[in-house]
Amino acid sequence: MPRTPLEPRFTIEHLSILDSDGNLDTALEPDLPADELKRLYRAMLLGRRLDERMVRLQRQGRIGTFAPIKGQEASQLGSVSTLRPTDWMVPSFRETAAMIWRGWPIDKLLLFFAGFLEGGQPAPAQHDLGITIPVATQLPHAVGLAYAAQYRGEDAVVMAFFGDGATSEGDFHEAANFAGVWHVPVVFVCQNNQWAISVPLKKQTHSRTIAQKALAYGFPGIQVDGNDVLAVHAASREAVERARAGGGPTLIECVTYRLGVHTTADDPTKYRTDEEVAEWARKDPLTRFTEYLRKKNLLEDGLEAQVDAEIAEAIRRFEATPPPDPLAIFAHAYAELPPDVAAQRRELAERLQAPPPRRADEEHPPAPPMRGQRMTRR
Amino acid sequence: MKLNMVKALNLALRQEMERDRDVLVLGEDVGVDGGVFRVTEDLQRRFGSQRVIDSPLAEAAIIGASVGMALYGLKPVCEIQFSGFAFQCFHQIENHAARYRQRSQGRFHCAMVVRMPYGGGVRALEHHSESEEQFYAHIPGLKMVIPSGPRNARALLVSAIRDPDPVIFFEAKGLYHAAREEVPDDPEMMPLGRAQIVREGRDLTLISYGAMLRVAREAADTLAQEDGAEAEVIDLLTVAPLDRATLAASVQKTGRAVIIHEAPQSFGPGAEIAASIMERAFLSLEAPIKRVAAYDVPFVGFARERATVPDVPRVLAAARETLAF
Ligand SMILES: Cc1ncc(C[n+]2csc(CCOP(=O)(O)OP(=O)(O)O)c2C)c(N)n1
Ligand SMILES: [Mg+2]
Repeated sequence: MPRTPLEPRFTIEHLSILDSDGNLDTALEPDLPADELKRLYRAMLLGRRLDERMVRLQRQGRIGTFAPIKGQEASQLGSVSTLRPTDWMVPSFRETAAMIWRGWPIDKLLLFFAGFLEGGQPAPAQHDLGITIPVATQLPHAVGLAYAAQYRGEDAVVMAFFGDGATSEGDFHEAANFAGVWHVPVVFVCQNNQWAISVPLKKQTHSRTIAQKALAYGFPGIQVDGNDVLAVHAASREAVERARAGGGPTLIECVTYRLGVHTTADDPTKYRTDEEVAEWARKDPLTRFTEYLRKKNLLEDGLEAQVDAEIAEAIRRFEATPPPDPLAIFAHAYAELPPDVAAQRRELAERLQAPPPRRADEEHPPAPPMRGQRMTRR
Repeated sequence: MKLNMVKALNLALRQEMERDRDVLVLGEDVGVDGGVFRVTEDLQRRFGSQRVIDSPLAEAAIIGASVGMALYGLKPVCEIQFSGFAFQCFHQIENHAARYRQRSQGRFHCAMVVRMPYGGGVRALEHHSESEEQFYAHIPGLKMVIPSGPRNARALLVSAIRDPDPVIFFEAKGLYHAAREEVPDDPEMMPLGRAQIVREGRDLTLISYGAMLRVAREAADTLAQEDGAEAEVIDLLTVAPLDRATLAASVQKTGRAVIIHEAPQSFGPGAEIAASIMERAFLSLEAPIKRVAAYDVPFVGFARERATVPDVPRVLAAARETLAF
């Protein structure tokens, strides 16, 4: 009995359309209307400017720790922009730009990062889950949503985001396996930003690509230049259309880079070199898309000021949030509070009513900040 | 040497690794980065990447592989980056680490330590602020240790590493940088399963551990000043196995007890502590035992954390009610 190679053999493609030197593969260039290109560009710019602004807000103690997106705008927007509002978007914790594209108000996101759960409440008609922090745990939810859509006979597609590190978690593999077996309309978008906090990709997986992990589960995977918004868009559109047409799941690996800190509690100089960062900064997704639009004469004057004004307005709304009502901690714990928890609520209400007996030295001293965090005034 | 809790824990790890080649450290970001709280700082440079392992991002495999290493005879000290992410490896802890001795009828056992930062007070997002000691304390076969300061953290970690059973070791994030304390250079141990009376008193027993111990002590000081009541304060140090004798002896003396913890109240450690006191000191009790704990609601967002985490005024109110009963 000889050893016989099994068919089919597998190949993994890497897709690049607009490279970091501005070279364009016109044969692959997606036929995006000018308005769509302008909208994408505006969203990328907004994502970048907001990110920079949020880092400052965090340093000033006006919001808590968050995960910046700088460098990953193309991966997020090229993909999410292929969804319809009725499709579902399942983020992890580093998808600020994608969430804003899906309609999350900026002030609500800021509220979330300032420690208010209200900031995590999706609008009634929004088909989005909120931020999920335990790595990869949202991926089975995406599969469940996709199964449910199919079960109801609706043509919604689900797009789920996660990082390179997430592909080491069991939940990723279990979700991918279910998606393959159930053949559900889900698109897994991996933002491979080369790092999971201090752990580089080569210590995360011994696979040549992340995309190839899809093959083990019986569905297609593709690697794209994640800093090339056109390539991400083209691959995502293909995957979303296939899913919608009943063609099952796809894994898209966006090869990108986290140009900033992991979170605002992180010090990347401990684990990576400035040269590495500089090399990736050269491949900045925004620079290359700016040049692309410039050549097409689609750059709008004053866009940056417009975007900054929108951010400033959102920050004003956020800062106008009234101080937290402590009793709100009971508002959504259960559909109906069990009697003993209702009693706890009454206890808190009474404590809040009581004249403040607390001397200054009885107050909790301000908590020691986590590394890199600053004290807050809020 | 005066050390904060981060440095004290680091000292314990370094000295145990120097002492015993079988001790190794693994977890997410524990090597090059030295841990997100820097507890494993510099260990990889000292002991190499075979002994201080930056693992892929997978808690189940961190614990599962540690179980395997422990079965072979090594002594893994694993780090779970935040206790909120230990549910990803809960099955490895409950199904295996805790049971191997029993299952193999003594042929195998898991001498391993699982360190995790727990608790609130650091303005962090969901899963970075919760207290989950009750889950581990409930599992037969495990020990559950929670130090309250640099010196006992160091001594307890040394004991945990040398303990032949699996130990879950919780480190209160709020204590990491809270205080510096004299920590002797020479390795020091503290017995697991033994509580400490950190303040003597005859009127009331306040029982706590970890970051809440400070709250209990401050409440005791205020009671002495304002009420003329002397509270005895007990630092559990080990939640499981519980030092029932120390608790009972104290309440036999004081007749009153208030238990303070950061974990949600229902089915929390306070319930077991109260039951234990009832069993052993019922006839000495002058008042119902009270619990001051977080309310029974999921994570509330750090903007409202103080509404639910026990503070001094809440402990005072409970203590005064108990004293006035
Ligand atoms: C289950 C779980 N373990 C650990 C963490 C702590 N943590 C937060 S982000 C992160 C790294 C994630 O890396 P990756 O998936 O590549 O996403 P990235 O942060 O690079 O976007 C870790 C370890 C977590 N949030 N959840
Ligand atoms: Mg990553």
